[in-house]
Amino acid sequence: MFSFCSDPSTLEGLRWLSCYLTTVKHANLYIAVGTVLLLLAITAPAALAFGFGGAMAARSRIWPLSWVGKGYIAIVRGVPDIAFFLFFVIALDQIFEVIRHKVKCPDWPDEIWQGSDFVVCQAAKLPLGNSPQWVHDAYGFFLAVLTFAIVFGAFAANVLYGAMRAVPRAQIETAEAYGMSRRQSFWRILVPQMWVYALPGLSNLWMVLTKATPLLFLLGVEDIVYWARELGGTALPRFTDYPHGDWRMWYFLALLVFYLGLTKVSEVALERLMVRLSHGQATTGGEAQRRAGA
Amino acid sequence: MSCWQTVQDYALRSLGYGERLLPREGYTLCEHFTLIGSGMIWNVYFGAIALFAGFFLATVVALGKGARNPLIRKPSEWFIFIFRGSPLFIQFFFAYFLFLSLKSVSPFFDAFTSAWLGALIVLFLNTAAYSGEIFYGALRSIPKGDVEAADAYGFSGWRRFRKIVWPTMLRLAWPAYTNEAIFLFHSTTLVFFSGFPAWQQRGDALYYANYFADKTFNPFVPYPILAGYFILLTLVVIALFGLVNRRLNRHLPQEARRGLRLRLNVIR
Repeated sequence: MFSFCSDPSTLEGLRWLSCYLTTVKHANLYIAVGTVLLLLAITAPAALAFGFGGAMAARSRIWPLSWVGKGYIAIVRGVPDIAFFLFFVIALDQIFEVIRHKVKCPDWPDEIWQGSDFVVCQAAKLPLGNSPQWVHDAYGFFLAVLTFAIVFGAFAANVLYGAMRAVPRAQIETAEAYGMSRRQSFWRILVPQMWVYALPGLSNLWMVLTKATPLLFLLGVEDIVYWARELGGTALPRFTDYPHGDWRMWYFLALLVFYLGLTKVSEVALERLMVRLSHGQATTGGEAQRRAGA
Repeated sequence: MSCWQTVQDYALRSLGYGERLLPREGYTLCEHFTLIGSGMIWNVYFGAIALFAGFFLATVVALGKGARNPLIRKPSEWFIFIFRGSPLFIQFFFAYFLFLSLKSVSPFFDAFTSAWLGALIVLFLNTAAYSGEIFYGALRSIPKGDVEAADAYGFSGWRRFRKIVWPTMLRLAWPAYTNEAIFLFHSTTLVFFSGFPAWQQRGDALYYANYFADKTFNPFVPYPILAGYFILLTLVVIALFGLVNRRLNRHLPQEARRGLRLRLNVIR
């Protein structure tokens, strides 16, 4: 990276560190940080969409649909989340492959689960055996995002379901008095008003989501935890220009600080968002703003 | 091999008793239930001890955060911020490697690198921070009248705290604290996935569920079993905490008693 890095064995102190932290291997760690942020950026809206769907289903008047929605909310909350992460990654993968298997190889003679083996035909493999490495990576990441969205969607569904019920009943009654249909009053009255009630829960969920991102490691994505372990382990002079002892502790300390920073930034940003959303609302927060202004 | 035989072989496998080798083939339902259930011993161990010890530290931290003296307040605030602001998963990793480094300094730290002590300490501190925040919130919402009445009766210092402030704080915090307890039990599943090695394959419930899923390539059996065990555990925790809740609220008129209304949506 820097011009003085050409011969690392002569370097000392800060210069050594600046060269050490800009090696190609460390670039992987920085890319992994980007992966985490990308995951957050994709998962948050996806989980919100799942949550909205779940909450709508739970409110539905068609009872099978409402059972599905309520079951979705209830089950995910009763069980440890990493069990879900570990479960969904394999389960989704197998479900996709079984579906492709049924479509692509309809006359396959053998069973799919043979004792302790899971066998589908070559054409149904995901990703295909001959596809390049980046497809494998992207597929793994996609599964991780889907898993996160399903699990956090259930939490979001819970929050949104509560928020929908928190909107004053009189508002809906007024809408009915104006002759709106159930669908119209839902989209025009309930949905625009529910966000104020949902925001505290959703911001809590965001904090939880940021803290769940290291679990990517368990899903087999090469994320920051993976690289911290990889880079922090003892490096012998034989294999690297930058030998050092077991520094994993320091790498994880850095990760700890990274997450604390992320938490602090989110706290400040969400606080601002809440102030803005409460503006002019008939809630205690909005009232306090009005008084302070007057 | 009959199911009873399997139970005899594997029921205490997570503690190192019984059959040494984990099942290699067949993987019957009975083996699934027995081994995963055996792993639950560790989840209950971690959860129960961390919760019990954390309760006392949480009270101290909550009082510290509410203190006027910044020398007491600041450390409590930082303690809560650090443990609530970072993922438990990273805390486990950091603690494990920290203990590993300390081990090379002094043999005193040998035990800390094994899960039964090292992970327990992390869980203890973590739950103390989360419950400390809950207790702090409850401490701030104690009705003013209660404390004034205590003053009027001549209560002060330790006696006022012990007889008035503390019980009221617990009463107000209890529903949220029940939640915290449930999630502590859930987060005990992280232990063996975060650096702490499962020595001689003595792991917790998720460790064994993961073992079966890896061996059979079929996640649809072990994980639902694990889920079933955890739902049972959750129900037990809710029942026990509900009893305490009844006792804490026993002086209130019948309608004013609040049942436990649980909002289960936290991960660490």
